[in-house]
Amino acid sequence: MATAALTVQVQEQAFDPGALQQALASADSGAVVTFTGHVRGGAGAAAVTCLELEHYPGMTERSLLAILEDAAARWPLLAAAVVHRVGRLGPGEPIVWVGVSAAHRGEAFAACDFIMDFLKTRAPFWKKEHGPAGAAWVESRGSDEERAARWQPSTDGAG
Amino acid sequence: MLRVLFFARVREQVGCDSLELPWSEDRATVHGLLSGLCQRGPQWQAALGQPNLVVAVNQRVADSAARLQAGDEVAFFPPVTGG
Repeated sequence: MATAALTVQVQEQAFDPGALQQALASADSGAVVTFTGHVRGGAGAAAVTCLELEHYPGMTERSLLAILEDAAARWPLLAAAVVHRVGRLGPGEPIVWVGVSAAHRGEAFAACDFIMDFLKTRAPFWKKEHGPAGAAWVESRGSDEERAARWQPSTDGAG
Repeated sequence: MLRVLFFARVREQVGCDSLELPWSEDRATVHGLLSGLCQRGPQWQAALGQPNLVVAVNQRVADSAARLQAGDEVAFFPPVTGG
């Protein structure tokens, strides 16, 4: 099997999910699965007027690539890509995009889910929410760790 | 030298984002480095004494027993919240 094309981008600028999806597909892609995460706006006292994203340059890119490599080792993927924004974002703006291309939908769905679970629990990004009540760091959630724990170490490559 | 980095809430609590410290026997492990940093004051103790503190050595998550060598990059940060 050919090596999957894996790409990671961490950037301040906005991105266009449609253009990213088009770039991911190839003639052999029977299935392209994508996920776009947006900044939640919240309401009332919990309203978010701005989301600030800090990261660890170097380790961020390295850990995202390691997650894509893990996914490509588990499932036969044609391509996988992550784009994650940093800096200041407004409510509703896309913050993260994951795209997976494969011959069939099963592995594309599974790999996209896997990549997001590990991105949320392993990649060194931190969110700070700004709103009417001031600014506060977002707390990590145990439910994210539980989701990531669903993926047992793969020994047979079948995931 | 050791390059020491702090991120997010930890960075705000200690009031600095990086330090350069000479390597020494006292700083031969993550635990040793942490003990010295905690003596810098109550904010340092509060930030670095958190039970959920994450440590990375040369950009890989490590534990407090990890050995340190001159030239290593050590980072301290809270649990991640990206995505």
